[in-house]
Amino acid sequence: MSSQAEPTANVPPEQEPTPDFVVRLGAAQRAGGLVVPVLTAVLAFLAGGIVVAATGHNPWTAYKGIWDGAGFNWLFHIPWDTNTVHLDAFNLSQTLLTMTTLILVGLAVAFPFRCGLFNIGGQGQYLVGLFVANWIGVSFAGWPTLPHVLLGIGAAALAGAVWAGIAGFLKATTGAHEVISTIMLNWIAIWGGQYLFGQGGPLQNTYNPAAPESGTVVQSARIPVFWGNPVLQGLDYGFFVALVALVVFWLILNRTTLGYEVRAVGFNPEAAAYGGINVKTKYIQAMAISGVFAGLAGALDMLGYLFQFGVLDVQASQIGFLGIAVALLGRNTAIGTGIAAFLFGGLLYGTTRGLNPNVFDPSLAGNLTSMIQGLIVLFVGADIFILYIWNARRKLKLRRRAEMAAT
Amino acid sequence: MAEERSPVLELRGITKRYSGSLANDRVDFDLRRGEVHALLGENGAGKSTLMNILYGLTKPDEGEILIDGKPVSFSSAKDAIGAGVGMVHQHFMLIPVMTVAENVVLGTEPVRSGIVLDERAAARRVADMARTFNFAVDPDARVDNITVGQQQRVEIMKALYRNVDVLVLDEPTAVLTPQEAADLFEILRTLRREGISIVFISHKLNEVLEIADRITVLRRGKKIDTVSKEGATEEGLARMMVGRDVLLRVDKTLASPGEVALEVKDLHVLDDRELEKVRGVSFSARGGEIVAIAGVDGNGQTELVEAITGLRPIESGTVAVGGREFEGRLGPRMMIDAGMGHIPEDRHRRGLVLDFNLAENLALHDYDKPPDSRFGWLYPARLVQRAVRLIKEFDIRGGGPLTLARALSGGNQQKVVVAREVARNPVVLVAAQPTRGLDVGAIEYVHRRLVAERDAGHAILLVSLELDEVLSLADRILVMYEGRIVGEHGGDAGEEEIGLEMLGGRKPVAA
Repeated sequence: MSSQAEPTANVPPEQEPTPDFVVRLGAAQRAGGLVVPVLTAVLAFLAGGIVVAATGHNPWTAYKGIWDGAGFNWLFHIPWDTNTVHLDAFNLSQTLLTMTTLILVGLAVAFPFRCGLFNIGGQGQYLVGLFVANWIGVSFAGWPTLPHVLLGIGAAALAGAVWAGIAGFLKATTGAHEVISTIMLNWIAIWGGQYLFGQGGPLQNTYNPAAPESGTVVQSARIPVFWGNPVLQGLDYGFFVALVALVVFWLILNRTTLGYEVRAVGFNPEAAAYGGINVKTKYIQAMAISGVFAGLAGALDMLGYLFQFGVLDVQASQIGFLGIAVALLGRNTAIGTGIAAFLFGGLLYGTTRGLNPNVFDPSLAGNLTSMIQGLIVLFVGADIFILYIWNARRKLKLRRRAEMAAT
Repeated sequence: MAEERSPVLELRGITKRYSGSLANDRVDFDLRRGEVHALLGENGAGKSTLMNILYGLTKPDEGEILIDGKPVSFSSAKDAIGAGVGMVHQHFMLIPVMTVAENVVLGTEPVRSGIVLDERAAARRVADMARTFNFAVDPDARVDNITVGQQQRVEIMKALYRNVDVLVLDEPTAVLTPQEAADLFEILRTLRREGISIVFISHKLNEVLEIADRITVLRRGKKIDTVSKEGATEEGLARMMVGRDVLLRVDKTLASPGEVALEVKDLHVLDDRELEKVRGVSFSARGGEIVAIAGVDGNGQTELVEAITGLRPIESGTVAVGGREFEGRLGPRMMIDAGMGHIPEDRHRRGLVLDFNLAENLALHDYDKPPDSRFGWLYPARLVQRAVRLIKEFDIRGGGPLTLARALSGGNQQKVVVAREVARNPVVLVAAQPTRGLDVGAIEYVHRRLVAERDAGHAILLVSLELDEVLSLADRILVMYEGRIVGEHGGDAGEEEIGLEMLGGRKPVAA
């Protein structure tokens, strides 16, 4: 008897529990392997090129402009010149700075995803981390650098964990859907920021009562820069924290009992419960860990190069949401998230400040850059569609095989 | 020659290859007018391929199909229906929000003045048909409000409505309760009287012997033989199916019960809708005996098992495992640690994490204890070591420790579950429908394992909807009806007696 027979061919009432969106998307993404994310990115760039061409510009020049703007051309300078006085090196350092944040907000989405949770609240958790880091960074003047920075980072990570943990707790106790509660928590964080940094707010600066801005992080709480000029926003050691976070993410998932439990719950909560795993606790823990990543992102940004934040910045900040695209494109894995963050970091910086204004008509540049960004995000969403087609083909093949083997 | 009826349908020398392997190897099959012809074979024997060819879903590489003696070639199901061949699949193709009548006429709706759907006419014709064949289905009921058995009848009516005279039923009883299956057989007999010819695909020997006039056995794509019901025996058919002798009656010695391993006292449990499904159940199971709970599906067995294993909160009562008594809020972890093993009734929903590999699945209860892990740190290599050992010991085929559970066949998936539960040496092993959906070979394997566990001195609580299984395995039989234990018997109890109690023919024994 062929053991390749479709296993469920004669087992009608046994069905997997109706999987919700996260579980379905997760399964579909695993099925796509490496091909689909690469295909997604290529397609997004192709479509972006068509848009550029439609405006009468040369897509090749445009992409070369973004490439250079992201500083990627530096990688092909041999011998490498690490002096960031040169534009290429500077651009690359800025791309890596953006990548640092994107890795962490990406992991903040990826981790709960592996537990079957869709964390839309990366932005709010990032902001909370930012606020707390600012508070610590502005206070405790006179501390030595290491403890001061560590305290700032630690407190921000903890704040992120609590903020995300609220959504996990609500899910575990009342069943409130995490998508709804994290969106609401985002708004609470945004309005909280308005209050904290606004006029008369507890974190408003002390030197200009008219400006709705935070105080400036004191020197001792600033993360030292290892590449570039600290005054010109060099690349700080936070970059390595993000790289370590990628490793930690992988280790937790694949080398700890917690990771085993998180993955079991993500794949099949009922089987996990049957196995003796407390599913509700895992929801809270997965969200809290996600919040640690997002809170870290806020801390590294605040103590690494922002040093100050204002009411308007709170409103304009979007980076936490990009974590969703990074995680999805990266297949919610450590390596994938790292690569996707690098790609998005380059795009984000290469289409904005890094872009040579001569490449596009300066008035067009702003619109075109956000259009290309938008297309990328759109195509990551279209991922599901590409996967659908991809899987339909695979299913067809499988069905042929099953027909062969099955009764 | 009046009795020599010409075949209404004939398949000659059907051969179908899939990338080199033969799914059907020169299979001959003929269906006489007004007979029930069973197609019997294990999962993967080629039954479905053959019927898909007949139904126009697949084209044969060689061979021909004759209807009423004339060669035909179908390229779609529509052609097949046009030629009078209808098929009822395992998975129903009904629209839940529409009524029975609407579903039946869908695609060939009676219309008034050319365009308007004549609902009254549709309902009337469906009602007529239901009466003729004793279908007991309300034409105006919505499909999502009727039972699975009734839905299946709607599928049959759909075919009949299109004037088919050959009906192919693919594993029709797999989704039915024993009572519904009995009703279906009654309907099939009526259809046969009306001259409908039926192909009945199954891998269950007893029902084939009950309903079929002739039986064709397939094994590995080849037709082994066609026999008439007279003179066929379960053992003979099983041998043809599997190619060797199968122990249908499980070989076991007399039980030698020891200490009480599981004791349930006055257990009350609610279902998801807060209805009381277990109403004061008390029983015990000793080490070294198999206690079976028989009953028709839906009489509280599922809730009972879930409560005992800690998956469902209990309202009141106690559960004691190996002398440790639990009450109030139990949890799966608590029961696992107390020494309970559980083969759940649904291996896909609960028994396995299909996207975990075998090593991870086999560690599902032990991943958090040494040697699998220490202080929260997991050692995947040790999970693999265990898997290598268990895969060998339990003869799990189709993959290694790193194969995803999803990739295994149903029988091997169940072996993974059995291996995990048995390898932990449980004080009590709760086996809920452990052979559901398995073929004869795998059923035999699971049965032997359960008996071996019993002989090793563990208590087995078997919950099964198959009375045959209960009778062949159990040392003691409890009958559950409407949430209560209504009868207790020795392992040698008679089928009729228990069957009567399963259907509520007796009052509860004093609790």
